[in-house]
Amino acid sequence: MQPTHSSSRILLPVKVWFIFFSLIAALFMNLVPTGRVPGVPDWVALALAFWCVREPFKVGMAAGFILGIIMDVANAAVMGQHALAYVLLAYGASTLSRRVLWFPFAIQALHVFPLFLATQIVVVAVRLLGGAEFPGWSYFLSSFAAALLWSPLTYVLLLPQYQPLEKDENRPI
Amino acid sequence: MSVAGHQPPPFFKRGPAPLARLTFFVIVSLVLLGVDLRYRYLETARQTVALITYPLQRASATPADFLREVGSYFTSVSALQSDNARLHLRQVEAAGVLLRQQQLEQENQRLRELLEMKERQSARGTIAEVLYSARDPFSRKVIIDKGSQQGIAAGQAVLDDVGVIGQVTRVFPLMSEVTLITDKDQAVPVQVARNGLRSVVFGAGGGALELRYLAANADVRPGDTLVTSGLDGIYLPGLPVARVTRVERDNVYSFARIVCEPAGGAEQHGMVLVLEKREAPLPPPPDDADKTEKPAKGKKR
Repeated sequence: MQPTHSSSRILLPVKVWFIFFSLIAALFMNLVPTGRVPGVPDWVALALAFWCVREPFKVGMAAGFILGIIMDVANAAVMGQHALAYVLLAYGASTLSRRVLWFPFAIQALHVFPLFLATQIVVVAVRLLGGAEFPGWSYFLSSFAAALLWSPLTYVLLLPQYQPLEKDENRPI
Repeated sequence: MSVAGHQPPPFFKRGPAPLARLTFFVIVSLVLLGVDLRYRYLETARQTVALITYPLQRASATPADFLREVGSYFTSVSALQSDNARLHLRQVEAAGVLLRQQQLEQENQRLRELLEMKERQSARGTIAEVLYSARDPFSRKVIIDKGSQQGIAAGQAVLDDVGVIGQVTRVFPLMSEVTLITDKDQAVPVQVARNGLRSVVFGAGGGALELRYLAANADVRPGDTLVTSGLDGIYLPGLPVARVTRVERDNVYSFARIVCEPAGGAEQHGMVLVLEKREAPLPPPPDDADKTEKPAKGKKR
């Protein structure tokens, strides 16, 4: 079932528990109190986008919605703010999934960068409509950070799926 | 069916179409947003999720705690000594005031008894530690480590050693959320300590405060201290809130633009004091003149 993308090796099938674990780990990273330091990437958005691109049938909008609700509570934000943004992100990433994996990592990062930016713009728009203060332009730096982290993250999250390097003469591929 | 010798992929087992799912989730999110922003009906749901994620939150706060501990371990002895000396000096300075304060309080109480005024409520409270500032960049909130289990209730005022820093706005079982006075939606009724001029101070973003709706010729000068007026029934009167840093008087506008900075370290971490909820003084019993007016009020004109 795994298509042979130009940018990837032949991979073992993904394990569901690893997806779950990585999303929980991303949540954990997001809860680390960094205060108001600009440019800290939204790890949950990053992991969610990654799995939506890689495994659009396993991770999708429902996962985005649940993670968004958890983030809203943990961030003391308005309920539904992250949920809305993550659902849109998951949808965007799933639609990209058939196309984006054929490109090298740098181009992939360029593809997902607008998604992260759109996620942040949705959040800002929702909060400004709700009457909050504008957090400053440096808020959008975290999208750049997320896009820069795309290829290292791809490597880390695909590690469990890499094939063992033993050569088998009888295997056709 | 199995022409090529294998089962066809399950085309029809993937649930609703992506666009339909997107519409569903977006609508649910928007409804949640509307309900939470306008009516605040979701507090129980929020409490439940908060309780479930509490272990994760505490666990993720540990790296920061660890770094802080390591940092404090490596604080040099000389820094500690100078700190100690400074604190000692400050305590001696404060001792004079404190010693007199006891006597003054007694005197005040006697005078109040003479004047038959209601006694001032003394300030009691719970000490709490600021765990971290909420990651929501649109508001200014911090999370403290005491919750409804320790008797914290929404609406209590929060102080540090210098002045008011905020108010408890949301209580979870084991922690609570404090909205700082620098938040855009937070208002504190204050008066100028020098002349008793009353107003309300609002958060202005960027860690500053703003005194709004004071006439352009109002008697406010840079350097004035603003203390709580106590008119709201939440903050005890006389607690320092902010210091005026800049006053701009422009004849074009009818109000002066007065920028203040918070007195307490509102944006810094540390120990805070959560004051007990203030029992608002009862309104004086209505006299006969009021009673005659009451039916007229009931008609709502």
